[in-house]
Amino acid sequence: MTAPASPAPPPPAPAPYRGAVERHPRRPLLPFDTGTDPDAVELTGPVFGPADVGEWDADLTRQHPGEPLGERITVTGRILDRAGRPVRGQLVEIWQANAAGRYTHRQDRHPAPLDPNFTGVGRCRTDDRGRYAFTTVKPGAYPLPDESSWRPAHIHFSFFGTAFTQRLVTQMYFPGDPLLPYDQILAAVRDPADRHRLIAAFDHALSLPAGPLAYRWDVVLDGPSATWTEEGR
Amino acid sequence: MPDTDDRGGPLAATPAQTIGPFFGHALPVPDGGRIAPEGHPDAVTVHGLVRDGAGAPVPDALLEFWQAGPDGGLAGAPGSLRRDGAVFTGFGRVPTDAGGHYAVRTLRPAAAGRSNAAPHLAVCVHARGLLHHLFTRVYFPEHTAAHATDPLLAQLPEERARTLLAHPDGPGRYRFDVQLQQSADGAFEETVFLAFR
Ligand SMILES: [Fe+2]
Repeated sequence: MTAPASPAPPPPAPAPYRGAVERHPRRPLLPFDTGTDPDAVELTGPVFGPADVGEWDADLTRQHPGEPLGERITVTGRILDRAGRPVRGQLVEIWQANAAGRYTHRQDRHPAPLDPNFTGVGRCRTDDRGRYAFTTVKPGAYPLPDESSWRPAHIHFSFFGTAFTQRLVTQMYFPGDPLLPYDQILAAVRDPADRHRLIAAFDHALSLPAGPLAYRWDVVLDGPSATWTEEGR
Repeated sequence: MPDTDDRGGPLAATPAQTIGPFFGHALPVPDGGRIAPEGHPDAVTVHGLVRDGAGAPVPDALLEFWQAGPDGGLAGAPGSLRRDGAVFTGFGRVPTDAGGHYAVRTLRPAAAGRSNAAPHLAVCVHARGLLHHLFTRVYFPEHTAAHATDPLLAQLPEERARTLLAHPDGPGRYRFDVQLQQSADGAFEETVFLAFR
């Protein structure tokens, strides 16, 4: 038996991703207090019905005649507003790399194989308790285009709330991924507690008996909504 | 469950992250820019460029629109994603093309029951390289009187308010450019972006 490896030193903090410098507004965002305009258009939002998502949209392993390669996983959770109310009947969209770390997107130049049985795009609507559920494969890690670092495995998520103000696009990560402390994009979220909110929890019981490995990730949408304001925020 | 803050107040919000470069096969939907019912006689086109601070067009942006109908109603309707071409849902979603251009075909909204507000389209701008999406609004040039009392426009200096006004661009056409960042030479004024509280 070999001696256990000594623990690796903590990685240096990655330089936080700052985005494309020429694309960020120079001026601060203009605060708009919806309390002074309770009928603002943005306090409502688009409606998605059962027919807006297809039968296989939420199961990314069954969108092609053949089976995609990779470890089967489920990702489930609840969407709440900041008052803790479930966001019902709203659209959740995901996109991700395949198990080898390659996107179907034509501009992804990472030389990992495409999987003809995996597109990596999913949609579902939340149920009456605000729950969403996807079945997919665990995405592979991939390097940033400039090859300065690897990105940990992640799934891109898009959420709608009851109000347009609650729109959220973000990324979900996997617990225990050794790449997490190196990721410049995760480091762009400066507060460690906030970063933690982007990492799913593994649920062993939910993964039994031999089902896909189960991850849980709850999401809280920010932003005022019409109902939020009515209740005297 | 998401944790609350120390005082048991509102839940902490999940942070946003960049949309990244690879959403183009995932988020755009067929006919996403057709908000007006097909063949509607009052349909208008709103189109324009998304530009960065160097004045360069942004070819990998995604614009989402949410609006009232001509009756001022904001109830929306199912079918916002799988669009049947007949129902007005009030929602549109379009990517910019290789030249940074977008276009939607829609109905001019009304501001029903809101005597002080000017009708507008709410816009959410996503793009590679942005850490967080941006909210702005498209107002229409015809409503000069309402602009003077609109809760947003009325608080802005003229040169800032102008960035939220679509320009007439021929019959049934309006031009609305999104300037993500003030250009260094001052040629392009940065669009007003909003933080809703
Ligand atoms: Fe990604």
